[in-house]
Amino acid sequence: MPDQCGPPDSVGILVPSGMLGAGFSPETVTRGISLGADVIAVDGGSTDSGPYYLGTGTAKTTERAVRRDLRLLLAAASRARIPLVVGSCGTSGADSGVNWVAGIVNAIRAEDGLDLTVAKIFSEQRAERLIAELERGRIHALPPRGPLDAATLRRCEHIVGMMGHEPIEQALRAGAHVVLAGRATDTAVSAAFALMRGMPPGPTWHAAKIIECGGQCTTNPASGGVFARIDHAGFTVEPLDPDAACTPTSVAAQMLYETVNPYTIREPGGTIEVAGARYIAIDERTVRVEGSRFEPASPYTVKLEGAAVTGYETVSFTGIRDPQILASIDEWAEFFTKTLTERVQTVLELATDSWGADLRLYGYNAILGELEQAPATPQEVGVMLLVSGEDQQTATAISKLANPLLLHLPLPSMRYLPSFAFATSPAHIDRGAAYEFVLNHVVDVDSPTEMFRLEMTEPGDA
Amino acid sequence: MPDRGDAPRTLGELALEVRSKNAGPFWMTLEAFMPDAETYCIADALITAELISELYHVSSASLEIFRLPELHVIKVSFPRPVVQGSLHDRDMHAGQHHVPLASVVVP
Repeated sequence: MPDQCGPPDSVGILVPSGMLGAGFSPETVTRGISLGADVIAVDGGSTDSGPYYLGTGTAKTTERAVRRDLRLLLAAASRARIPLVVGSCGTSGADSGVNWVAGIVNAIRAEDGLDLTVAKIFSEQRAERLIAELERGRIHALPPRGPLDAATLRRCEHIVGMMGHEPIEQALRAGAHVVLAGRATDTAVSAAFALMRGMPPGPTWHAAKIIECGGQCTTNPASGGVFARIDHAGFTVEPLDPDAACTPTSVAAQMLYETVNPYTIREPGGTIEVAGARYIAIDERTVRVEGSRFEPASPYTVKLEGAAVTGYETVSFTGIRDPQILASIDEWAEFFTKTLTERVQTVLELATDSWGADLRLYGYNAILGELEQAPATPQEVGVMLLVSGEDQQTATAISKLANPLLLHLPLPSMRYLPSFAFATSPAHIDRGAAYEFVLNHVVDVDSPTEMFRLEMTEPGDA
Repeated sequence: MPDRGDAPRTLGELALEVRSKNAGPFWMTLEAFMPDAETYCIADALITAELISELYHVSSASLEIFRLPELHVIKVSFPRPVVQGSLHDRDMHAGQHHVPLASVVVP
């Protein structure tokens, strides 16, 4: 992108959906382009679906759906000669996710004859380098997490750093038409191009937060994408689905969505402050926002995400319909856990702290557990037993030991063996490794780009 | 006494929506969206640190409560009692944890 003589009056951002691979109508993109989009931005990831995706470095979305979305976006960006920025590629933003999306882009680029320069930005971090930072006192915990130790970093299968807008801007300045970023803040993906073109940080970051989930900021969250135009005094936002609307309430409420604090959001380089923002309806479906601020912070910090294996799991499932058991289901569950614990100890000779089990009574109190207030006697209960062991063999062995209990365990007072309703044969499924997010920490950095690696590819390089 | 037979009884019935969600893997956030200023005031008085602490078994010191009269919203955030995706996490997105709050009977 050649720099012009000064910043433009405004920058238009097209967000086709909240997630690459979620699907959107071709009209969404056509409409955004006709409104004068200067950039297309879309998020490719999230931690919201759990630690599995970072743990394994695999995507939640399917290749087919991502290819379909990318084909539409690449064609539109190429035709309009505007950049396309994809953040948190492959769900977790691990290097494998960036390469996965890049492989799909390269194939489309070749098949459709698109002359596009593609930048890959890798965000994965080596534990040993972070341990050196830890020893220098440059890694800090975010609440509610405690201080970090080297062992926790070494346990992680993958660690990513969340980039701000700077590595994306660096790629755009280097001539990228398509930027495929590893883990990035959801906002940086939408903000990067506008900041590069000289839009003020307050409105730009606030707009980026409002539009990052696509239609979530509209009256119909299931609707397609949104369009924001940022200028030197504020921004306006409207849905790309003509039947949806942005209202001052729907836009302001977006600051609540999946945030701890609705007034401030921390970015690597500072804090978005929206307590003084004013939301004004321009017409029945467009909202103008002014008064947002961005407070730069020092030092610049990069947030880390890491997923470690916690064990190997097996899940078993059975159904109970017998009213006699259901009338005393708490007692049955307690008896189950006691019996299983004894059997594991005597038959498998495993120490009680080397394995774990979670017995869930779906239809009774599985979801809320002890927070459930006096649940009624259920009509039927789905019993899920989730077992965790140090390896898969152990988890499977414990589950096989539990199998006759899930089929026949009576109440302690019963003088016969009931039989319950297994849903499948076998009644258990091995889940493989289970993961947990173990990092909620930030690293102080000297430069916003130092933790990220940029790689440019021209057509034909792939 | 006016007949209150049809009057809303729980916060969930009074609200446009009561919802819960993860705010990252380590936090949970609850929101009560009220339809107007009058019902907002009822929710505002009802939702206290003591109430949330009792309903969710979390220490009141760990709570962050935001009152947004302009949106008629009360928002409460607190650290997840079980980390997302761990063996004992039964609600991966914390999407069903609004129910204890929504079930509170409005005085």
